[in-house]
This record gives sequence, C-alpha cells and structure tokens, in this order.
Amino acid sequence: MSAVSDGNLVEVAGLRIEFPTEGGSVRAVDGLDFTLAPGGALGLVGESGSGKSATAYALLGLHRGTGARVSGTVRVAGTDVLAAQDAELRRLRGGVAAMVFQDPLSSLDPYYAIGDQIAEVYRVHHRGSRAAARARAVEVLDRVGIPDAARRARSRPHEFSGGMRQRALIAMALACEPRLLVADEPTTALDVTVQAQILDLLHELRAETGMGLLLVTHDLGVVAGSVDDVLVMRGGSAVERGPVTEVLRAPADPYTRALLSAVPRVDLRSAEGEERAAAPVLVKSPEAPVTSGEGGDVLLEAVGLRREFGKGRERLRAVDDVSLTVRAGETLGVVGESGSGKTTLGRMLVRLLDPSAGQIRYGGREIGGLGEKALRPLRRDLQMVFQDPVSSLNPRRSIGESIADPLRAAGELSDKAVVARVKELLERVGLDPDWYHRYPHEFSGGQRQRVGIARALAPGPKLIVCDEPVSALDVTTQAQVVALLAELRRDLGLSLVFIAHDLAVVRQVSDRVAVMRGGRIVESGTVDEVYDAPQDPYTKGLLAAVPVLDPAESAARRADRRELRSVMVTAP
Amino acid sequence: MTRFLLRRLFQAAVVLVVLAAVLYACFYLAPGDAARLACGPKCNTAQITQIRGQMGLDDPVYVQFWHFLSGIVAGHDYSTGTDVLHCPAPCLGQSYRTGELVTTMIGQKLPATASLAFGAMVLWLVIGVGTGLLSALRRGTVTERLLTGFTLVGTATPVFITGILLLLVFCSWLQWLPYPSYVPLTEDPQQWAWNLLLAWLALALVEAAKYARLTRSSMLETLAEDHIRTFRAYGVGERAIVVRHALRGALTPVIALSALDLGTMFGGALLTETLFNIPGLGQQLVQSVQIKDVPVVVGIVLVMGLAVVVANAVADVLYAVADRRVVLA
Repeated sequence: MSAVSDGNLVEVAGLRIEFPTEGGSVRAVDGLDFTLAPGGALGLVGESGSGKSATAYALLGLHRGTGARVSGTVRVAGTDVLAAQDAELRRLRGGVAAMVFQDPLSSLDPYYAIGDQIAEVYRVHHRGSRAAARARAVEVLDRVGIPDAARRARSRPHEFSGGMRQRALIAMALACEPRLLVADEPTTALDVTVQAQILDLLHELRAETGMGLLLVTHDLGVVAGSVDDVLVMRGGSAVERGPVTEVLRAPADPYTRALLSAVPRVDLRSAEGEERAAAPVLVKSPEAPVTSGEGGDVLLEAVGLRREFGKGRERLRAVDDVSLTVRAGETLGVVGESGSGKTTLGRMLVRLLDPSAGQIRYGGREIGGLGEKALRPLRRDLQMVFQDPVSSLNPRRSIGESIADPLRAAGELSDKAVVARVKELLERVGLDPDWYHRYPHEFSGGQRQRVGIARALAPGPKLIVCDEPVSALDVTTQAQVVALLAELRRDLGLSLVFIAHDLAVVRQVSDRVAVMRGGRIVESGTVDEVYDAPQDPYTKGLLAAVPVLDPAESAARRADRRELRSVMVTAP
Repeated sequence: MTRFLLRRLFQAAVVLVVLAAVLYACFYLAPGDAARLACGPKCNTAQITQIRGQMGLDDPVYVQFWHFLSGIVAGHDYSTGTDVLHCPAPCLGQSYRTGELVTTMIGQKLPATASLAFGAMVLWLVIGVGTGLLSALRRGTVTERLLTGFTLVGTATPVFITGILLLLVFCSWLQWLPYPSYVPLTEDPQQWAWNLLLAWLALALVEAAKYARLTRSSMLETLAEDHIRTFRAYGVGERAIVVRHALRGALTPVIALSALDLGTMFGGALLTETLFNIPGLGQQLVQSVQIKDVPVVVGIVLVMGLAVVVANAVADVLYAVADRRVVLA
C-alpha cells in the first residue's frame, strides 16, 4: 500500500483539524486541499492562527496522540498518513518526509552532541554500524556548510550559533535522503543575512537532490525566491493559490493584497510606504517623517558610550564607543543583527543600564553618571517599549493597573485621576477604555504591544526607546503598531529611538538611521542616504540579504550572493 | 571547578560559625546553670563554683565561644582538677553530663543515622521515581489515577502514622519481622538491613510521594519539549525517546532534590529514630536538649548543618554534570 504512488508526492484533500479546548473545539484547518508534485516546492503562507503549521504537522502525522482531531485525506508518497499504523508512520517520518522546525535551539536535545543526534536518526531508518551513522552525520553536516564538520559534530547545540543550529537541523533532515522536506518557519528566528544563507542552502539542496519542499512561513518575502507555487491561508482555509510569480505580482484575493501591502519594503521611501500602513487597516497613516529631521533641538546625546559585561578573560564589550544624537520630534532608527549591542545601547539611553564609560546628555545635562535618586525626575521623560509584549506585562495584574504603575511611581496618588488618565491612554492607543480590568492573556499580540505603548506614554515622556516593538507581530499587526507609533510621535511631539533587526521596518519609521555591528555604529545618516547609497560593506551586505517580493529579482539577488561567496572563497 | 569548591567551602564555614553562634547564644540566654547540671543534684555551692571554674563558665560568653571555635581547629585540653583530658583536633567540647567528648558521642550515633538516611533514600528513589515515571507515561489511564491516589495518601500521612501502621502489620499481626532494634552494619549486615527495613519503608513512603509527583510533572514537561517533538518527527520510537532523550532532563531536578533531602535526613529523622528504636543523632539531640547539655546539642546541630551544606554543594555539582550548560561559579 505504501509503495503505490499516483504521481503526486503530497495529496491533501478535505483536511480538517480541530483542537479541543475548554470552551468547545477550535477548528484550525477547515477543508484544505492541495497537492505537491515530486520535486516541486509549495509555500504555505498565512498569519499566526491561519492553520499553516497545523497543516504541516498533519503531513507527518504529528497530531497523533495529542488530542487534536484530524479528518480528510493526507497522502505522502503514497502513504495514507491518517490511517497508517504507528510503525508505518515511523518509517515515513524522517525516511520519506523530514521536517525542519522553527526554533533550532529548542528543537535539538541539549544533552547530546549534534553529530550523535543525526546519527541516531539515521540508524532509525538504516541498518548499519554506529561508525557508518557517524560518518553519515559528518557528511551531511559538511554538506550544509558547517566548517570543520568532523570536529563540530561533537559539539552540543548550545555551542552552535543560531544559523549553524538551523543548518544542523537541515542536515538531520537530509540524513536519510527524504523525498519531501517540510520546513516550518525555518528562518523566522534568524538574522537577515543568516536567513538569506539558509534559504540559499534550501534552494541548492532542492536542485541537487530533487526533493520536494513545503515551506511554511508568514513572510511573503521568504517564499518569493524559494518556491514555485504559493497557497495563502486564512482562518484554516485557502484564500488564494497559484504560481508564486502570479500571486505576488497580481494578487486576486483582497486578503492577499492586504498582506502584500502590509509587508514593509526596504526599497521604498517612507512617503511611499504610507500606502503600506494605510491599506490593510483603518488607522491614520503616518505623515512623511522628514519634516522634523534638521530643525529640532538636540534632546539626547550620547558621546563615546561603552558597556562591558563580565570580567577578566570573559569580558564582553557589548557597546563600544558609540556616539549619537536624538533631536526633539525625530525618530532615530537603530538597526543591527542579534548580538550587535543595539538593545544594550537602548537600555543605556533610558538609563536602565549604567554605561561603563562615556556620557549621556539629556537636554544638555549629563545624566550618564547620575544615581537612582537623581534620575527619578528624569524617568518620566525617558520611557521604553519592550520587544516581547507577553513577558513584559505582569500576567497577574490587569492591563489598567500595569499602565497605572508609572503614573503612581511618578507621584500621582488620586485613584480617580489615575483611572481617568489610564482610560484616556487606552483610547489613545486604540484600545477600548472599558478593558481597564482585563488581563494580558485576553489580548492578542498587537493589542498587548499597544498596552506596552500606553504604559510608556503614561508619565508623559519626551523620548521613548522602542526595542524591537514589532518583531513578534504578524505583518498586518506590525503595520498597525508602526502607524500608531508614527501618529503618537507627530501628535505628542515625541522623539523615538526605534531599535529593530528588520531593515524595512526601520526604513519606514525613521528619519535617520544608525547601523550597528559588534557594538559599534558602522554607518549612520538619513534613511535615504543609508538605504539608497550605503557606504559601509556591512550595510550593503545587510541590504542585499533582505528578501524581496519580486521572484525574478529574488533569483537575481541569489545569483549575486553566490557570486559574492565564490569571490570571497577564491580571494587570497 | 576549583574556584567553585573554594567558594563553597568558605560559604560552608560561614554558615556553620553563624549556626554555632546562634545556638550558643540561645542556650546562654535560657535560664538554668550548666555547672549545677553537670555536677548533679547533690552538689553544694562550693563544688559548683569549683566545677564552674573548671568548665570555663566564669569567662565571658565570647571567650567561651572562642575556645569552642579554636577547639574545632586546634583541639583543646580540659583539666578535670587532677587530670588533663585531651580533646583532639575537631574538638566539639565535652558533655556537661557525662564528661564524654562530643565527637566520640557523635561518632557512636552517626552510623545509625547514616544507615537510616541512605537506605531510605535508595528506597524512596526506587519507589518515587518508578511511580512518577509510570504515571507520566500512562497519562489518562486508570493506572495513573491509582498512582495519583497513592501519592496523595503518602503525602498526607505523617511518618509516625505510617510507621506505627507498619509496625502493627508486620511485627504484631503478621509477625514477619521482629520489633526493630538497631544492629550495626559492621556486626551483621543481614540483621542490620532486616531491622532497619520498616524504618526505611516508613520514611521512604512519605518521601516517595513527593518524588513521584516531581518525577511525573518533570517527565511530562520534558516530553512536551520541542526536541522530543523533533525525534518523534524523525520516526524515533517512543521507548528510545523516553530513555535517551526525556529521562535525563526529567531526572535532573530529582537528583538535585534527593541530595538536599539526604542532607536534611541527618537531622530530620527524629520521629522515625524514636519510633523504630534507632540510636541515632536525632534521639541524642532530644535527650541533650532536655538536660541542657549545650556542647552536645551544638555539636550535633553543627554536624547536621554540615550535612545540609555538603548535600547542597553535591546537588549543584550533580546538576552541572547532568546539564553541561550549567556553569559552576
């Protein structure tokens, strides 16, 4: 039965997946059909909650034993996944269809060497000695570009960088030469340059081995250069499908159009980007933010800022000799990859961290060395919005109370005044004032981030440092939050420091931008200068790695990157 | 590693000195005259004064405490009027009541306490981890519900109830076992185990309940982790997943906790010792507190403190060995 194959590698028909919850069951996937030809590549695109991951899991029968109810037909390489015996399913998993997961750190066993984990998987599907399995592990690690694979195979996952871990997971998938690779958000946790490398790797492997690829992602830019066909999902069913070129160039469904226009574009100036924020949502569009660039007074100035962590040999210089200015009413974008020191810098600017050296001047006054007591009056002026709207709100306090905290800390004592002000703030950030007594878990990610913004606004700040405020959000929600920040800045005359790893988002919101790498600012200037005529090779590399929505352009860039790599390899 | 050990050693010393100081202070603030106690009921005032001088009780408290501390490091000589009693290096003083050296007394009682603690630990690990794993792997079945019931009863029943029930059933009704009386391991290993069996069981049943719950929740947590999902997605069998990938992570907190419990057991098994007639530190401690025999009490509590501190350090090391990502500092 498993040998029968009628042409298609994957056949899904009438797929329904329901998850039982306390208040009745939730239908994650509702009547989905699609097929994938051998060697083909399909992108499954949708926002969180669209059912795309649940679909991917169903292909390997991973819902079995979890309580989820799956119905319909799922055939992978001729195996009826829903009806298969456990043993049959185990042969399918890894041997015929292999999966690459989103978070490469938690997806590997922390206690075992990476090579051993790959060898273990290989031995599940192949008879043979341990030594042969180890050799295979080294071989695939080498194939995915792990340098010195024989030695690194003995490392444990925590000794690998994020990009290398994802390569290791792909190596595990390759170990048994599967006919189908299911990749669930394989690059979402990675920096933009690493993302480009991983996508290039998947592309090469597909050409080389002829395996089929099912790429699950929320990022339309990721599918553009990596798949042949795309299927856009919303609320558990398909809203649009077709060749990737057609869907991205001329989307037929309004939802696809909204999704596309919400994608921040690194190649568009902010005035053009206005369209992005306006299209999918009913939030006022941000004004072209060039107005305040030159004229404003310097509000905050950092000179030779430095921060070190640890001591002795393990000392790490997270921020190294950084100088910058933030003018009243402007947005300064700080962009960099993980580990570049951008968060450390942001925290020092609002004095949540003490600088190891250098000065911070606020309104002309040196505040870098002030003690907690002297800082207290300044805390009202300098606020922060954090990346993770889930963990930065106390789950046991109502959102109203969370927003009220900084007001009370600033000395406002009358309950009536506090509640009135909080309700006003809730309204200001686009939430219902009557939600005062609700708790964080009742809100979506975007709504929670609005709460975070309201909390930062509460004491009436002059400067808000936003640390990756939208990186945990879907593109459409991202666009809404970005629009809200721009609107607040304009209406309240705020200055913003906008920290992000996403170059496109930074371009959209910022007047000026600073590019960080290894604790230093490698390039800074107005957005147009930096994005349209980058001077530093690192900035150029970053910009070249950003996924683009045009499949043809994406292919051209991939070719450029390959050339660049071969040049770098051959160079002495 | 060396730095970790040195730091731990220093911490241990500080903890023990503070512990000794607090105990000393408590007993000096409490009413009663040690010299009168030491001398016995028939002494007259002159004799008491003489004994007080011999015992150094006329010195200020801090001087006495200092003598006590320096005795631990360097030893101490006690004059008994005519004769000199040498107390070698880890000297914890001598009993007010019997004049015996405290170290000797502890040395006599320690084997019984250690036998009880180690034996009970082996049993509670076997029973606790076993039921915990079983109920995690048989989740949602009748087996799990029965085991959950067992652990609930175990946690809710105090050790003296479990102990009395065990004595009643096995010694009185069934008469499978003699009423326990302690036999040292060095004398007769078989009798040693036979006589301690019920005491081990009583302690282990109470502790096992705790371990079963910990093992169960920790195993379920580990089985829900992403890397377990990875191996499932690659066709690795359930047994291999549990044995190779889940057990290690799931048992790490169990190992750490058992080291701590073992430490506490050196001081906490008082009821069990009394109930099963085991001449251990717990029994001795109660007796000595009742007759206000300060040096013995301080000595025993210090040994218990040492056991807890050492167990803590061992737990940390075990944790780091089990999980290489933990850095000892």
